[in-house]
Amino acid sequence: MENPNPKIGEKMVDKTTIIVHSGDTDKLYSALIIGDGALAMGMESTMFFTFWGLERLKKDELDKGPISKMSKSMFDSQLKKANVDTLEKLITDYKELGGKIIACEMTMEIMGIKKEELNQELIDEYGAIGTYIHEARESKINLFI
Amino acid sequence: MVNKVIKVDVTDKTCPGPLVEVRKTLNKASPGDIVEVTGKHSVSKKEIPMVAEGMGLEVIDTQEKDGKWKIQIQR
Repeated sequence: MENPNPKIGEKMVDKTTIIVHSGDTDKLYSALIIGDGALAMGMESTMFFTFWGLERLKKDELDKGPISKMSKSMFDSQLKKANVDTLEKLITDYKELGGKIIACEMTMEIMGIKKEELNQELIDEYGAIGTYIHEARESKINLFI
Repeated sequence: MVNKVIKVDVTDKTCPGPLVEVRKTLNKASPGDIVEVTGKHSVSKKEIPMVAEGMGLEVIDTQEKDGKWKIQIQR
């Protein structure tokens, strides 16, 4: 397959890794904006969805999370007014630029989530802490959201 | 050979949209092509050259008029 985010003149390929633990909509925005920004700036990016974050990868659940400090209607209208892309668009761009998504298998066991319930076309790999550390040990930016 | 100019308008986009659109356009461009980005957010005007710099590409022209700017990057 052709590399969706080819390295053009980057001197070194750095990586951003993000643990998405929260399933809150506002936190998911932060995580995806950082992931997309990292890819746009020429870094690699891996997001590890675990606990409540993994719930957002269930089919049709991406934008169904709770929002802290504000009502959903207020949040949606503020974002719309500022022309912020939807979560759907942000995650589509993330995949288009070659961003990687790992689903936490341990969370799937604990919460009884089946692969069929998840948006499998978004998920590159299913793994646990070893997979995450393997990705994160050489990353320059590492966040827990 | 005449270099192609590829235009991308990020006027109505906000963070991280302008960076993502510029990156996607540069990815699809051929070496030598010029990507011409127009917009009005001042933060994007500051950050788009950072995308170019990270990619080892050169900003060949920057213009601003009436709050709208235009940045040209050579692929």
